[in-house]
Amino acid sequence: MAKILVFIESANSKIKKSSLELLSATAGNEVAAILIGDNVSSVAQGLKNYPVQKAFVFNNAALKDYNSSYYFSCFEQAIKKFSPDVVLASGSMAAKDLLPRVAAKFDGGIAGDCVGLKISGTKVEARRPLYSGKVLATAEFTDASKIKVVLMRPNQLPQPAEGASNCEITEETFTAPATKVRVKEVVKSSSAKPDLTEAGVIVSGGRGMKGPEHFKLLEDLAETIGATVGASRAVVDAGWAPHAMQVGQTGKTVAPNLYIAAGISGAIQHMAGMGSSKVIVAINKDPEAPIFKKATYGIVGDAFEILPKLKEEFSKLLSH
Amino acid sequence: MNILVCIKQVPDTETKIKLGGTGIDTAGIKWIMNPYDEFAVEEALKLKAAKPETQVHVLTVGPKTRAVEALRTALAMGADEGAVIDAPETLDNYNIAKAIAAASKTLGEFGILLSGKSAIDDNNFSVGQMVAAFLDIPHVTSVSKADYTEKGALLEREIEGGAKEILEVEFPAMITANKGLNTPRYASLPGIMKAKKKVIKELTLADCGVDVANIKVKYTNFELPSDRPPVQMISGEAQEQALKLVQLLRQEAKVI
Repeated sequence: MAKILVFIESANSKIKKSSLELLSATAGNEVAAILIGDNVSSVAQGLKNYPVQKAFVFNNAALKDYNSSYYFSCFEQAIKKFSPDVVLASGSMAAKDLLPRVAAKFDGGIAGDCVGLKISGTKVEARRPLYSGKVLATAEFTDASKIKVVLMRPNQLPQPAEGASNCEITEETFTAPATKVRVKEVVKSSSAKPDLTEAGVIVSGGRGMKGPEHFKLLEDLAETIGATVGASRAVVDAGWAPHAMQVGQTGKTVAPNLYIAAGISGAIQHMAGMGSSKVIVAINKDPEAPIFKKATYGIVGDAFEILPKLKEEFSKLLSH
Repeated sequence: MNILVCIKQVPDTETKIKLGGTGIDTAGIKWIMNPYDEFAVEEALKLKAAKPETQVHVLTVGPKTRAVEALRTALAMGADEGAVIDAPETLDNYNIAKAIAAASKTLGEFGILLSGKSAIDDNNFSVGQMVAAFLDIPHVTSVSKADYTEKGALLEREIEGGAKEILEVEFPAMITANKGLNTPRYASLPGIMKAKKKVIKELTLADCGVDVANIKVKYTNFELPSDRPPVQMISGEAQEQALKLVQLLRQEAKVI
């Protein structure tokens, strides 16, 4: 049995789906959660439905936005109290930024962007894609790793079984450490959609969309099916969409249940970012487009014609 | 103020990866500088252009006979000096970072450390932060915009959902670069010629206090991902295609 500290993140006062998923990999171990933020006490109550024995809650106005030195000091405090063998998190921007520092400071190794996880006793093996997804390999932590830090790619683990637990929730004191890095401002985006990396459904457009004015077609379809809109590199480089929307090697790695690619030819750099999606739909005029080799379903046709019709058919289906 | 840029040599994305031995077969691979590290090198050179007395050092960790090529590229772009820490392919990120941190103290005094946010081969997004941890300096990752002053920098990074964070950091600090930070220059021919005469120091892991016996993560069970089942093409008129697709997504794939 391993002692596992799980980083539980929340959005809009709810535990994120990508954080809950982690608890499906921790069954049978001694599990403690760490929650950090402002007004997260009520969020912690949600853990009582899951097999978590302990929760360290750092609730402080200064912790509202992520700050690497503040959040590090919370982890330091929780790790000293709990002495975990494993620290587990979903690969959010905060976790990716912070946990390598935690690993280094506590004499541990790290495996990021994992797609599978096996914890037996205190042995930890994480499955990871390497070389832009061209190879899969197992990251095995050695005995030299005093703590073992694992970051999971979202949407890879199932949701955990619910069931009442006796989670002991403790409010920890946070004292702001001296810091040489300060968050001055967080510029929120207008979108209330989940981030691409956590989205269950993505509608993505490429050069075949012919111009930024046609992205409305993608947005309309996305709106109907609750999807987040993505874009190919060509489109971002052309200035039709912001970099935050880019899927692929120099953009985001995504793994939704459904990825709809419209007017995207499917360069290897794009495939590296979306190849692990469960179902891929490709819509492209060119029957030879490489994207069809990776797709589950393919439509040779004009995205301008297909997208509105798809929206119409989805609306009919979903209104039943 | 001098700058240390940490770079990695990685296989070109277009290169076909084959398995061999207990890992990958490195014969026939085309090696390039990690694309995110190019942004880091460019950023250092931009700072040098503004303040010519700035010395830009580039450092890499890896099998030295090939890893020096990445250094040559950075030197040809305009970096002043290079150093390679000779290490096996299989060295883990913890020990790579530990070696970099130790080497950074012997190579000079650096106010800014730069690197790419992640290497495209192992995609671990971790070495920069680990180096910062070993040196007890702050880090800011995935930076897409930067304004520098004498004492620090105002940095912008993308976070979830298209939101942006604006941070202030005091030097010395580790900054890791994202796409958008700048447009990396190509090495010019005179740059390539000059690079041949620039110094590349060679260090060993022992020089950096790193023992390979202390590896924390090792990779096993390499495997090529299984092929996806062949695509199901949907034919017919647009309306018919749309209807068929929606039905398949609901009834067969069960994702809607």
